[in-house]
Amino acid sequence: MSTVAAKPVTKSATKPATMAQALGRALRDSMAEDPSVHVLGEDVGALGGVFRVTDGLAAEFGEDRCTDTPLAEAGILGTAVGMAMYGLRPVVEMQFDAFAYPAFEQLISHVARMRNRTRGAMPLPITVRVPYGGGIGGVEHHSDSSEAYYIATPGLHVVTPATVSDAYGLLRASIASDDPVVFLEPKRLYWSKADWNPDAPQTVEPIGRAVVRRPGRSATLITYGPSVPVCLEAAEAARAEGWDLEVVDLRSLVPFDDETVAASVWRTGRAVVVHESGGFGGPGGEIAARVTERCFHHLEAPVLRVAGFDIPYPPPMLEKHHLPGVDRILDAVARLQWEADS
Amino acid sequence: MTVMEQRGAYRPTPPPAWQPRTDPAPLLPDAEPYRVLGTGAADKVDPELLRRLYAELVRGRRYNTQATALTKQGRLAVYPSSTGQEACEIAAALALEERDWLFPSYRDTLAVVARGLAPASALTLLRGDWHTGYDPREHHIAPLSTPLATQLPHAVGLAHAARLKGDGVVALAMVGDGGTSEGDFHEALNFAAVWQAPVVFLVQNNGFAISVPLAKQTAAPSLAHKAVGYGMPGRLVDGNDAAAMHEVLSEAVARAREGGGPTLVEAVTYRMEAHTNADDATRYRQDTDVDAWRDHDPILLMERELTERGLLDDDLKRQAADDAEAMAADLREHMNQEPVLDPMDLFTHVYAEQTSQLREQAAQLRAELEVASEEEVASGEAEEETR
Ligand SMILES: Cc1ncc(C[n+]2csc(CCOP(=O)(O)OP(=O)(O)O)c2C)c(N)n1
Repeated sequence: MSTVAAKPVTKSATKPATMAQALGRALRDSMAEDPSVHVLGEDVGALGGVFRVTDGLAAEFGEDRCTDTPLAEAGILGTAVGMAMYGLRPVVEMQFDAFAYPAFEQLISHVARMRNRTRGAMPLPITVRVPYGGGIGGVEHHSDSSEAYYIATPGLHVVTPATVSDAYGLLRASIASDDPVVFLEPKRLYWSKADWNPDAPQTVEPIGRAVVRRPGRSATLITYGPSVPVCLEAAEAARAEGWDLEVVDLRSLVPFDDETVAASVWRTGRAVVVHESGGFGGPGGEIAARVTERCFHHLEAPVLRVAGFDIPYPPPMLEKHHLPGVDRILDAVARLQWEADS
Repeated sequence: MTVMEQRGAYRPTPPPAWQPRTDPAPLLPDAEPYRVLGTGAADKVDPELLRRLYAELVRGRRYNTQATALTKQGRLAVYPSSTGQEACEIAAALALEERDWLFPSYRDTLAVVARGLAPASALTLLRGDWHTGYDPREHHIAPLSTPLATQLPHAVGLAHAARLKGDGVVALAMVGDGGTSEGDFHEALNFAAVWQAPVVFLVQNNGFAISVPLAKQTAAPSLAHKAVGYGMPGRLVDGNDAAAMHEVLSEAVARAREGGGPTLVEAVTYRMEAHTNADDATRYRQDTDVDAWRDHDPILLMERELTERGLLDDDLKRQAADDAEAMAADLREHMNQEPVLDPMDLFTHVYAEQTSQLREQAAQLRAELEVASEEEVASGEAEEETR
């Protein structure tokens, strides 16, 4: 794991920035600092990526550092492996969640296990950026939450920001990491804004630290990525019902910050895991099990999960019924008033 | 003594004269895209076919402009227009018999409609009410494929199955120039050639894959050249020449049907609109390039030919325009109706028989919907009272 040194404070001018802009700035700063950082993917050059995250990079660093590739995800990630073997730090962009699937062979058979199979001789510092998740009305194959596939593959770090400043900090840390990182970008937060100062030091935690986004005493909502704002909204709404909810933003699924999560549940005694990918075989099951293992004697109720349904991602006109929203979270919170005999 | 000296006069025996398995010459595409319109070769084409192609082109163009207008009115979430590419779309549909199968990609709604599908049914994917708005088995049309090139192996498999059955069915699969870079494209071509599957691959080379121009996609002399390495013929055609497209695709389909194996057809055309209505094409191309292609518009080429031969009378013009207008009106009418959706459908088609897990989740959603509708009624009544 690596930490990126905070930059010295120059002047502090905070401006509203979107998550997409913060991600772009992280790429730019990483490329400026380290000539071995290369960006490659479909439409990352002149177009600046379909979400404009790579906007301006080709103009600033040239097409050899920010490269429009042929349209072939297995080829993109496969060549990134070779580039990394030869000392470069590739950052690859997968255009949408479901279009990363052709690259799974490379990811699983090579990227994830190169360090291990070479007894540490050949680490692969590759960052795979994947826009993921729904809620943007995308047509089929543009809304998958694929995190369960990634976290089931040993050898990969899996991180996902929920705020503008985390987007910057986590991406810098991912690029600096000597291990491959799957960097999941919540599509529906690309345009979320925050006051942000790109010139001030960023809080860059090592990959693997969760953060308490909202302190509370009566139960913990454990969540990440696109579901973080939904949980914060639910926590606000729950106040009316007398619930004081703590919201933990995991930020990193692998490694998993057991300490922060367990410390929270020890305090609150109740927990709900919230994510929009399917619940069966999803990250929530793993998280609930870990919480139970560590907090069994502190728990006042079973750890509950609020997840997307176990269905192929629905067409946009129906996605609102699939995505976990405030009401579904509040229902789960109500069920935390669990009685052993009920 | 060195090892080499010990071995004395040893000389490796040369391999037996190497013979290519197939003579590549007949597989190679023409140096220039094949054309019919305006070349004199069109004299041989049945005038009725030309008139039919003209009417279909006019209808296709209208479909594209209507669908694009629907995106502006918010009736359609997104539409990847095939304006400028209508000749390819129409020819793909007309080259097939009813029993044959079409494997379209996400830009090929028009080919699907030209095959006879109701104009609105072809648009559910893009409107967002359901992923595929028709029964593929009924129409012999695979779902419009969004992941690029992934439908190509399906087409090969279906064609292979048809060949095993011996029923003379052919599959035609469509892909863009960008899609030819995907691994699935290469695997599909290889399988097709090894199995001699009755399949035709149609590449619409419209110059761009979103923003990436062909030069960054391939260094091959043409995309049609790619066929040779797999052992199938490659044909390079002017994709804006509906007569040439119809001839080449029909020949390829006939060859496949007769057991002659697969063909790769590259149609050279141009994407006149942006990638979709959501794309900003000014970031990666010049308007002057687009203007140069306007003079090579598929409808214009056909009109010139028909006029020259005295085949474009007012009747044909009016009838084609009226047909196109009627289709557009029908499309508008269907698209202006709010789709009636049942959220419970989310669970209906995941498995043949619902799993216990899905039954549980369906019950949860049903309860939520009931609460929501009760709340709606209650708030309606409250409103009544306050009046
Ligand atoms: C496997 C996969 N990767 C990426 C995409 C995203 N994407 C959609 S269309 C497109 C460009 C396709 O270009 P081309 O094959 O030339 O077809 P055209 O759009 O020109 O018809 C891309 C990259 C996708 N749909 N599928």
